[in-house]
Amino acid sequence: MPTFVYMTRCDGCGHCVDICPSDIMHIDKTYRRAYNIEPNMCWECYSCVKACPQNAIDVRGYADFAPLGHSVRVLREEEKGTISWKIKFRDGTEKSFLSPITTKPWGRDIPKLKDVDGPSQEMRDSQLLYNEPKYIRFDDGGVHTLESNGLKFKQGVVY
Amino acid sequence: MFSINPFAELSASIPTSVMQTYVVVMVLLVVGGTVFDVIHKKSATYFFRNWKKAASKGTRTVGSGEIVSLAVQTAVVEVATSAEFCNPKRRIAHLLTMYGFVAYVAAIIMMVFCYPMAGSTAPAIVVQLWYLGAAMVCVGGYWFWFFIRVDVAAEGNSPLRFVQADIFIVSLMVSVTLALIWAYLQATGNAWTNVALGAYLLTTTIFFGSVPWSKFSHMFFKPAAALQKRVANADGSRSNLPKPADRTNPAERDRHSMELLKDAPLNMGLGIKREAPRHY
Repeated sequence: MPTFVYMTRCDGCGHCVDICPSDIMHIDKTYRRAYNIEPNMCWECYSCVKACPQNAIDVRGYADFAPLGHSVRVLREEEKGTISWKIKFRDGTEKSFLSPITTKPWGRDIPKLKDVDGPSQEMRDSQLLYNEPKYIRFDDGGVHTLESNGLKFKQGVVY
Repeated sequence: MFSINPFAELSASIPTSVMQTYVVVMVLLVVGGTVFDVIHKKSATYFFRNWKKAASKGTRTVGSGEIVSLAVQTAVVEVATSAEFCNPKRRIAHLLTMYGFVAYVAAIIMMVFCYPMAGSTAPAIVVQLWYLGAAMVCVGGYWFWFFIRVDVAAEGNSPLRFVQADIFIVSLMVSVTLALIWAYLQATGNAWTNVALGAYLLTTTIFFGSVPWSKFSHMFFKPAAALQKRVANADGSRSNLPKPADRTNPAERDRHSMELLKDAPLNMGLGIKREAPRHY
């Protein structure tokens, strides 16, 4: 399901060219707009879709797989620190998701690991990784489970 | 030099009617080229098909009064201030080139049709508008071409690489630069004046005559696309995009997935937009 560009929306800013991990988003020589030069090498990572400030990039479903107008669109809002997804199924069902993309302002609060004391020999010999209990929140009320968060597991496909 | 109408001086060697005919032919080339472009690429067909498709997916109907209001907003925001550009440098360069071109063309029309003869003195402001417009096109155009063009800035190509997408900007820059050179040579009585004039006319003809192959018609279809985007937002279809997040809304703020952002500031900063795309 490779990406494609709505040419009238694209303003040729180059963000997708810059971010594509496969280096397949390039600038067209006729209109100076972005396009996917090698659709079959696109792994649908959605990097360019999320990076595009004009929301000019979309992902196409193969005709034999999603022929009836499904849609997966995403809106990444840097200033709010959120990413929203809207999934539209072939039967018209719509689902919306909203998640954080960062919990601290961009470019600040970068841990200064150079200034942190090195691990003790005891920590080195331990099975735990660097700061593991803290970073996976094991030191904050034990293991986080569905039950501890007041959630229930539902069987089957749930909409 | 900045108070001399170069076209009035030229009328000593080229009849006024020829100059006026040339301007009319250039206008016809733009109109004809744009119409050919629209028919050949079926842009209008696709545009109205998408318009209907988007309207059918909308959650509400946008009335004609609201469309007029959206068109005015598009003209004021997207057209007059080039608000679609996310890169501020590109936006400034585009504004310089756009307003420079408008001033340059408006001044030419006034000088050629209202004050064409050597005896009819054009107001100094009209002549200065021509020089100022040409200078703005040069500043915006060369800045864009050598430093902020996406081929160079994001793809790392040579600033001197020339492809079809460059016909518009290169022919515009060269034409306007030659106009300034010709005006200077003519004002100083230089022997190379006619050579500069010939080159100026040639590049100007290429600029206005290459509409079907160049990006000239973006002046017309970009505002149309911007209007369609505004209408899609107004009718709720939003091109299938999710609605913008509202972290002040308790329903969204208290979603389980948003728990980690509860204590975060509402403005998290620019993120990826902190840096221009320049990592080739």
